[in-house]
Amino acid sequence: MNSVTQAEQGHEEQEGETRRDFIHLLAVAATGFAGVGVVLPAIHQMNPDASVRALATKTVDLSAVDVGQAIKVMWQGKPVFIRRRTEAEISEAAETPVNVLPDQLSRNENLSGSEEATDANRATTAEWMVVLGVCTHLGCVPLGTDDGDNRGDFNGWFCPCHGSHYDIAGRIRKGPAPENLGIPPYEFVSDTTLRIG
Amino acid sequence: MSHESTYVPGTAIERWLDRRLPIIRLGYDSFGDFPTPKNLNYWYTFGGILTVCLMIQIVTGIILTMHYTPHVDYAFASVEHIMRDVNYGHIMRYAHANGASMFFIAVYLHMFRGLYYGSYKEPREVLWIIGVIIFVLMMATAFMGYVLPWGQMSFWGATVITSLFSAVPVFGDALTTLLWGGYSVDNPTLNRFFALHYLLPFLIAGAVILHIWALHVPGNANPTGIEVKSSKDTVPFHPYYTVKDGFAIIVFLIMFAVFLFFMPNALGHPDNYIPANPLVTPEHIVPEWYFLPFYAMLRAITFDVLFISSKLGGVIVMFASILLLLFLPWLDRSKVRSHRYRPVARGFFFLFVFDCLFLGWLGAQVAEQPYILLSQLATAYYFAYFLIILPLLAVLETPKELPKSISDDVLSRSQKKQAKASSPTPVAQPAE
Repeated sequence: MNSVTQAEQGHEEQEGETRRDFIHLLAVAATGFAGVGVVLPAIHQMNPDASVRALATKTVDLSAVDVGQAIKVMWQGKPVFIRRRTEAEISEAAETPVNVLPDQLSRNENLSGSEEATDANRATTAEWMVVLGVCTHLGCVPLGTDDGDNRGDFNGWFCPCHGSHYDIAGRIRKGPAPENLGIPPYEFVSDTTLRIG
Repeated sequence: MSHESTYVPGTAIERWLDRRLPIIRLGYDSFGDFPTPKNLNYWYTFGGILTVCLMIQIVTGIILTMHYTPHVDYAFASVEHIMRDVNYGHIMRYAHANGASMFFIAVYLHMFRGLYYGSYKEPREVLWIIGVIIFVLMMATAFMGYVLPWGQMSFWGATVITSLFSAVPVFGDALTTLLWGGYSVDNPTLNRFFALHYLLPFLIAGAVILHIWALHVPGNANPTGIEVKSSKDTVPFHPYYTVKDGFAIIVFLIMFAVFLFFMPNALGHPDNYIPANPLVTPEHIVPEWYFLPFYAMLRAITFDVLFISSKLGGVIVMFASILLLLFLPWLDRSKVRSHRYRPVARGFFFLFVFDCLFLGWLGAQVAEQPYILLSQLATAYYFAYFLIILPLLAVLETPKELPKSISDDVLSRSQKKQAKASSPTPVAQPAE
């Protein structure tokens, strides 16, 4: 009886921080850390898995592509457009002044991506134009690669979803897309063999 | 719930159960003897209709799951297998697909009802907010469900909508990759959409229970917008509204049956009968009809505002158009709930209904002029209605005189009707 009263008194007398407060803090902190430890794997499992990441590179044989033709290949589940441009198309792209472009950055992963969007910064070799076939607006596949496709007002690619027009260097010229078509990392292993990724 | 319980257990078993788990009491007090305003019209039957819609979707959905394969190589074929091989499979699938459309027809009418009669106002703000949450969950569920057949519209709709998240500044691309589980919409995306499409309806069912709970604390609103003042203003839910709701449900199901049995593909897009092809985008991507108004608002933003690109702007506008509803109880501060007594607000309300339908029509058009400009005007009115017109009218409008009570209103209306029926002159003359 006596000890109970003492304990009660002791509890009442203690003001400010008590051992119980410390236990509360410790419990909350431990639960918090444990919670983060549970949530991180639960979210990270949604990111690309090892089998998806393993498909990161693709080798393409370009020997069958004539001047003026273009092909589509799949890379990381996305289409890549490879166009063998004509002399006229190359000069048209090169003569376009950068200041008329809505997006003046090169968006070229082989460079830093933030150079001026000149044709030389868009295409490593002037003849081959390699771009991601994913409209930078909402991810549709632009038309213009296959024969007879609508190539838009700038003779490059045209996205039918919301009307974005890209030029022959894959630069956005008109429509809602905010950026030029992306350029994936690539290199020519030989004159006619391209490795993407 | 908020009213005094009138349940008297009739049998020994009921008495035994009532002391341990008063679940029969809960049902009786909520759906049997619950005092309900006696002037509810047919616009108030959509709650019951929506409950039926949710049950139909869950039952048909579970049945479809038993025959469906969530894999990019088999999904399309398994849906065709359901359509051709599974016994009654085509009816189950058509009921589920058209059931989603019926669900949205009912929910939009339910929401317009709430807007017209001011059902969101004090003390029913939480009821309204839970309703908005249910609406958002419904849209997420419907979107993911539409991806599962893995047709062209499934795939490209999923691509367009998930790409919206890439507009988020700084970590947009990482977020999109996380959603996809890859670098494009692919098998991992299909799998997780299937899992979530199965989960969300049960979250909706949980939210519906909260919605009904939040309804039963203050009790139903009603077309006059004035609160229940005495027991003369109410009737018990059963049999009055079980019968009224039941009749409305039957009429609604007849309309459902017309679609289901005579034009099951009228509301769908034929391109979704083409298997998904990541290399070919359909000429014209359109979402299901119930998303069209929001799609129109997304596409209406074709210009940059300061540092916000048109793409991010469109995404912000589209999400804002829905999230704005959460704040409606504090935007419309008018003391008068029902638009019956708000002559000016009423005009703007009907213009708003027309605006929503018009946006829906615009969402199905190609993204060219003059549709872009019209979409921008319609989007502007949508936002102006909530952010400018309703707040201003709360101060400027002089409402009509409110009836003294629900009973008064009901009596004066029935007297007017009788007067009209008995004499050709509007004023009945006293007999000499």
